[in-house]
Amino acid sequence: MNFGSLALGLGFLLILIGFWGLLTQKNLIKIVIGFSVVDTGVHIIMVGIGYLQGRTAPILDAALMQRTAAAGNQAGASADVGSLIVDPVPQALVLTAIVIGLGITALLLAYVVRLHEQRQSLDISSYEDLKW
Amino acid sequence: MIKKIFAFLLLIALAGVFLVVLQNYETPEELNLTAAYYAEHGAEEVGAANLVSAIVVTYRGLDTLGEVTILFLTASILSFFLKQREERGKRSVRASSELLRTASAVLVPFIFLLGAYVFINGHLSPGGGFQGGAIIASGLVLLLLTDPLRKVSSRLLARVESASGFIYVGLGIAGIFLAGGFLDSRVLPAGTFGTLLSAGLLPILYILIGLKVGTELSGLLTRFQEVQVPDGGDSPDLKKGENV
Repeated sequence: MNFGSLALGLGFLLILIGFWGLLTQKNLIKIVIGFSVVDTGVHIIMVGIGYLQGRTAPILDAALMQRTAAAGNQAGASADVGSLIVDPVPQALVLTAIVIGLGITALLLAYVVRLHEQRQSLDISSYEDLKW
Repeated sequence: MIKKIFAFLLLIALAGVFLVVLQNYETPEELNLTAAYYAEHGAEEVGAANLVSAIVVTYRGLDTLGEVTILFLTASILSFFLKQREERGKRSVRASSELLRTASAVLVPFIFLLGAYVFINGHLSPGGGFQGGAIIASGLVLLLLTDPLRKVSSRLLARVESASGFIYVGLGIAGIFLAGGFLDSRVLPAGTFGTLLSAGLLPILYILIGLKVGTELSGLLTRFQEVQVPDGGDSPDLKKGENV
């Protein structure tokens, strides 16, 4: 069990908790919170997929350059930065996902505000117009 | 009751799928081709020490433009939805505590400073425009918690937002003529690797993104701040103490 699978497991657990909230809660605000928890789980999974055991953040600073040089001396050849850092692409993509998740959460909350204004209720069972 | 059981079964099925995925997941040993390319050529092509920033702003700059557009759309839809049709008179709020007032007076300038630091150094250290913008908006949250009736100048926010968005796209278009393509950061000279003035246009673009995101998030917050719950707003349908 390394950190990558650990992050994956945690993410799956968060998604399950979030879905439980989405499916069983009656309060609209709690449903929005459930959505946020699912969202967070997905982000953790995305970052976890990009993780490689024993590597460091994809920032090419002085410390990383020293490690590259040290690794190069050990191997007796020129080492490559790519063998020391984790995958930067999922980290960049998760940034997009976080922003979109924030946008959706804000929209959901705005709908909740409007609904509450109409019926003075946060209980989802008082909105049955589309139920069949 | 039947609904609860159904939900429970659904969750168990989902958990089973996740378990299979987790058991068959093999951690990769090497970077995949795309990531290896970015690791190898990112430093010389873009010149940003932070590879994630290089990907976000330059390699996937179009995605970032789309992201900023989504935030803008959200802000527009929110202002449409939450527009107050009529003035409902003054809201009365309880005065916030001494602790909160003092803490916000001391902390807010530093929070704004940290936000600006994070997006100015986005190409060198962890962080960037989105993170810095979020930090600035969190400073505004503290201000609004202290004084919920505080008037935030939405015109100033809108001006900063549209100006930074306009300049961002304008600099992106300049990349078509002066460098390799839309949002190419090689319009300016690359500078010394690892210093503040490096990576060409990337820090400027990230500062603009930071300003845009910060003002957009602040705009979202002020929209929610303006929401007024009518008197007796406690929902009568929710019975107190019952876990709904």
